[in-house]
Amino acid sequence: MNAPLTRREFSSALGALVVAFSFDPKAALAQEPARLPGSLQTNRRLDAWLRINADGTATVFTGKVELGQGILTALRQIAAEELDLPLDRITMVSGDTGLTPNEGQTAGSQSVENSGTALRMAGAEARAILVDLAAKRLGVAADALNVADGVISAADGRKVSYGELAAEADFKREATAKAAPKPAARHRIVGQSIPRTDIPAKVTGGPAFVQDVRRPSMVHGRVVRPSRYGATLEGVDEAAVKALPGVIAVVRDGSFLGVIAEREEQAVRARSVLAKSARWTGGPELPDPARLYEHLKSLPSQDQIIGVKQAAVPEGARTFAATYTKPYIAHASIGPSAALAELRDGRLTVWTHSQGVFPLRAELVKALKMQPADIRCIHVEGSGCYGHNGADDVALDAALLARGAPGRTVRLQWMRDDEFAWEPFGAAMVMQAKAALGADGRIVDWQYELWSNTHSMRPQSTSGTNVLAAWYMGEPQHIGPPQGIPQPAGGGDRNAVPLYDFPSQRVLHHFIPEMPIRVSALRTLGAYANVFAMESFMDELAVAANADPVAFRLAHMKDARARAVIEAAAKKAGWREGEKGDGTRGRGIGFAKYKNLACYVAVVAEVEVDRASGVVRVPRAYAATDAGLVINPDGLINQIEGGIVQ
Amino acid sequence: MAISLNVNGRERSVTAEPDTPLLYVLRNDLELNGAKFGCGLAQCGACTVLVEGKPIRSCVTEIGSLGDAKITTIEGLGTIDKPDALQRAFIAEQAAQCGYCINGMIMSAKALLDSNPRPTEQDVRAGLAGNLCRCGTHNRIIAAVLRAARETGRI
Repeated sequence: MNAPLTRREFSSALGALVVAFSFDPKAALAQEPARLPGSLQTNRRLDAWLRINADGTATVFTGKVELGQGILTALRQIAAEELDLPLDRITMVSGDTGLTPNEGQTAGSQSVENSGTALRMAGAEARAILVDLAAKRLGVAADALNVADGVISAADGRKVSYGELAAEADFKREATAKAAPKPAARHRIVGQSIPRTDIPAKVTGGPAFVQDVRRPSMVHGRVVRPSRYGATLEGVDEAAVKALPGVIAVVRDGSFLGVIAEREEQAVRARSVLAKSARWTGGPELPDPARLYEHLKSLPSQDQIIGVKQAAVPEGARTFAATYTKPYIAHASIGPSAALAELRDGRLTVWTHSQGVFPLRAELVKALKMQPADIRCIHVEGSGCYGHNGADDVALDAALLARGAPGRTVRLQWMRDDEFAWEPFGAAMVMQAKAALGADGRIVDWQYELWSNTHSMRPQSTSGTNVLAAWYMGEPQHIGPPQGIPQPAGGGDRNAVPLYDFPSQRVLHHFIPEMPIRVSALRTLGAYANVFAMESFMDELAVAANADPVAFRLAHMKDARARAVIEAAAKKAGWREGEKGDGTRGRGIGFAKYKNLACYVAVVAEVEVDRASGVVRVPRAYAATDAGLVINPDGLINQIEGGIVQ
Repeated sequence: MAISLNVNGRERSVTAEPDTPLLYVLRNDLELNGAKFGCGLAQCGACTVLVEGKPIRSCVTEIGSLGDAKITTIEGLGTIDKPDALQRAFIAEQAAQCGYCINGMIMSAKALLDSNPRPTEQDVRAGLAGNLCRCGTHNRIIAAVLRAARETGRI
């Protein structure tokens, strides 16, 4: 880490930022362009976001991708709203390094915020440009014109359509973000539960997933992964596999091993034969699962203290402590990761369900030693995406296999064991909470420690090469050093700083760089464990204070929007102050504000335990959510329901 | 070798070994997208199709074992322009997140409704217990199957 960064490492560490170099820093400051809202800031041209076509339709571009969260429907609504176009006259193009803006990863609930904001502003500006053109053509003041369904009308009935203005409308310019978007009160499409555009194909066998992409002269690949992390391939009987029916090539690059065959079942069989003859050595021991948390706590850590508030703890305060743990969690998407890759005339095309086609391309550039202009990554949906799964890894695997069959498209889907063994897991964590209760039953001190690995080893999130096969190639490349994500969003410490009002508090984050198990981003990162620990401990303290858990939370919460969701969830659930479980059935409440800076959610869960079998059921849950301006209410409900069940 | 299969009411001939899993033949030879590879071990249900009306896991069913049995895939229920009652109900309930498991959910539900047109919620839960969903769409899936049952009940 002490070695100076090379220019390439430096650039890649900057991720999606647009950087202008200048020898005179003052001049650079003076010329700094105006800050634009959302992703307009990093993709500043209007025509990067939308085009009006001669037939009166619009093509809308986004760097964010559909992951089953309904984002392409929501973004279409935003664009339609601002453009005053019907939804069905908009074509969405998403996540394609050859066509769309670079918006980094589709992650962290930021797509509506960043891409939606960009489309909202770009849409408003495009509409204003079209209205100005119409005003000139019709000889009427722009503010005297009315726009509906892509037709601009004057009071006297004369009309001109977007399509007629398309050739004249100049979007090849930088956005100004000066055209005011519609106020919420005038929204007709935003705020409606528009059915998702991706669902009909998914329920009728239409092509919907990267797994469904078929190309002319497509062949099938499979990979053989090492026996353990970091193992080296000593030898393998390639000849026996090459002789199997349908096998086109065995691809080996150092300890990366795979096979290509004409038919999928032939590739699966060849993989199994190849795996049997492969001899692997080395690789570190994994920690004993039974002593996992002790092991984690024993590893060297970089410690950071955050969220400190100081106040004297009154004498006689009663102290309490509790420890919570979270195991490694697999993404476990129903469909294993898949990609297609085609190498033709030195140019590589990859069809991928990556959350970020541009960051993926940057990793492929490093791993394959190619130029960015020679690689195109095209997003196609994959199976459930809850964070950094195998999507990027399988894309490099497919590209490496494509070298073994130039001119043909290699389709690779990981087998189930590839996915479970090699996808990055959500990090295991240990949370230790201590608190003191004053005589009045209020929390007077809160001390919280957490131990965690990083929660993001995504492409481009660190220096190095962050795709699996790169570490096993003949000239191996190395994973970048793990880094935390700074507060307030946080990584392992996400949501570790209480939103409750405690007079005295301290959070100690033990960031553990060494990763015994490969980890990366999984839903809400550290917030998943921190909120569980914090809310569980709040319940224990409420019991100690002989207080109702809802009232206890409200007594420590000033934030009006937080109070509102807690109160709304309790009211909807018919919460009765002081209600108690009967030993087999009870209810509890949990609250969080995502990243301490986004959506507020409170959930009342009813829980039943069968004391004989130990089986726990959650028959019912009530959630109250404040997500700000909601683009598609049913989409939000679907996400909250899924979050509760998952 | 050439093997004849009866898929969605049509005789289809494919050239593949008899021990080839039906799933790969459906997807690659017949270019039917519906059945999905999830686990390859008959554990997740994403590859479910009907054979003689019974739900089977196409990832572990060898084509040589099928003879002239009638195979129905999700493409055999309805089309995007003319979806059947279950497909309509899944759209109406917006019963998908990623949607990768939905083929299996619909095909298992089809078998359930064919044998039990008026299922209770408990029947639906039991009927779909072998199909896994990771996104957490379960409640919408159950609602969609019950909706389809109500709608077909009226016809």
